[in-house]
Amino acid sequence: MPQYLLSVYQPDGDPPPPEVLDPIMASVRAWNTELRAAGAWVFTGRLHPPDTATVVRVRDGGTVVTDGPFIEGKEHLGGFTVITAPDLDAALAWARQLAEVTTLPIEVRPAIAGA
Amino acid sequence: MPAAPVQDTDIARIFRAEYGRAVSVLVRAFGDIDLAEDAVQDAFTEAVRRWPAAGLPPSPAGWIITTARNRAIDRLRREATRDGRHAEAARLHQAGQDPAEEEPVPDERLRLIFTCCHPALGTAAQVALTLRLLGGLSTAEIAHSFLVPEPTMAQRLVRAKGKIRDAQIPYRVPSEAELPSRLGAVLAVLYLIFNEGYAASSGDQLIRAGLCAEAIRLGRLLAQLMPDEPEVTGLLALMLLAESRRAARTTPGGDLVLLADQDRSRWDGQLIAEGQALVRRCLRRGRPGPYQIQAAINAVHSDAPDAAATDWAQIVALYDQLLTVSPSPVVALHRAVAVAEVHGPAAALALVDGLDLTGYYLFHAIRGHLLRQLGRTAEAAAAYRDALDRAGNAAERAFLRGRLQELSPGR
Repeated sequence: MPQYLLSVYQPDGDPPPPEVLDPIMASVRAWNTELRAAGAWVFTGRLHPPDTATVVRVRDGGTVVTDGPFIEGKEHLGGFTVITAPDLDAALAWARQLAEVTTLPIEVRPAIAGA
Repeated sequence: MPAAPVQDTDIARIFRAEYGRAVSVLVRAFGDIDLAEDAVQDAFTEAVRRWPAAGLPPSPAGWIITTARNRAIDRLRREATRDGRHAEAARLHQAGQDPAEEEPVPDERLRLIFTCCHPALGTAAQVALTLRLLGGLSTAEIAHSFLVPEPTMAQRLVRAKGKIRDAQIPYRVPSEAELPSRLGAVLAVLYLIFNEGYAASSGDQLIRAGLCAEAIRLGRLLAQLMPDEPEVTGLLALMLLAESRRAARTTPGGDLVLLADQDRSRWDGQLIAEGQALVRRCLRRGRPGPYQIQAAINAVHSDAPDAAATDWAQIVALYDQLLTVSPSPVVALHRAVAVAEVHGPAAALALVDGLDLTGYYLFHAIRGHLLRQLGRTAEAAAAYRDALDRAGNAAERAFLRGRLQELSPGR
């Protein structure tokens, strides 16, 4: 069955206060539980903010390490989930639920089979 | 019975009529759009070679589909020897069926329409795929119709088909819960194709009749496949009624003629009768929607033997209904035109001036028209100039320049 990467994009800056964030995170956990119960869950990652990121490159055989994210923007990848779904419509249905509980846009990308 | 001689034009006609159906059946069978297209092309190449001598088969569509299926299996077998990926697919399908044998001709075009118009594809890709896969238009024809360079259109199609394959956009008619919004996307694509033909967004000509004809053909197909959806019928009626005025919409020189000034004897009575019958049929279902109401507005215009006899009060009432089901400033703008006929240009101008549509050429053209009626000549000229800056095609620009001339002769 195909796998899809669901990426959560969130605005830069401080996270919302706990009274806003806590119910959202509870809903996300409930969504995750549902995903597992349906046998669609593969992997989930939640990320620290982009100012904790480090980029590593190799130049002329030497290592170049730079502070900060690879791409600067007004939004950043806040977390991701890999799911299995029979087709894009099924993946979009899961993504729609996640978008609803997080109030954030969710990018859905198909993974290359067997890669 | 001796077979009738087969002309190239017969095969071209069958191609246009049956290409979409054949591709839809092959996509269903093999799950691969490129393979389906290639196999159907192969089958038509074979038909061009055989039919002139052998005569038309009893069911040309059945012959094409069977031949294409066999060709697809040949292609898969060749692939399978190089690449294990297709081995199973080749094994699953049995070849060797004789295309001369009669078989019922299946139709999977409804699935194909919903795949082509899937919301995960951009509108331009939806339009291109629909014209390519269901209309059987070549990439060059589609590129030409939308005034896009052919490599750009080819790229657009390759990308869209790649997304369908890689993201596994399903090949099915949506469930009842999803159907209203998904059908809305399909209808929007057909109407967009029609409108691009009816009032070209760029280029020299106002009308590109080929696109209108294709949109109507696809609209008829959809109405046949979904007879219980009144909005489908409504869209077909709307397109037929608009199309009925085509000959009267431009002068022989290609200049635009407004509805009020059109020679109504040049309207196509047959299309009007068909469109009006469809409007009555879908409205009886009591589930009005934006396409049905727009069709009804057009039906009222078609009823009037001359512009003065138009039942404008009825049209205002229909626009009121349209505004409640699909509120938009563009609908409000068109409603204002009807209001001008019932309550005068001052009342209409007050409505128009309240709309946030300054980027839209018709907003300025209609303001110019109302200001001119009110004798506010300088403001009317300014409005026509604003419209001129935003008009999409040469015929619209020529019309606006004509209006400007009338307002300030000698300039």
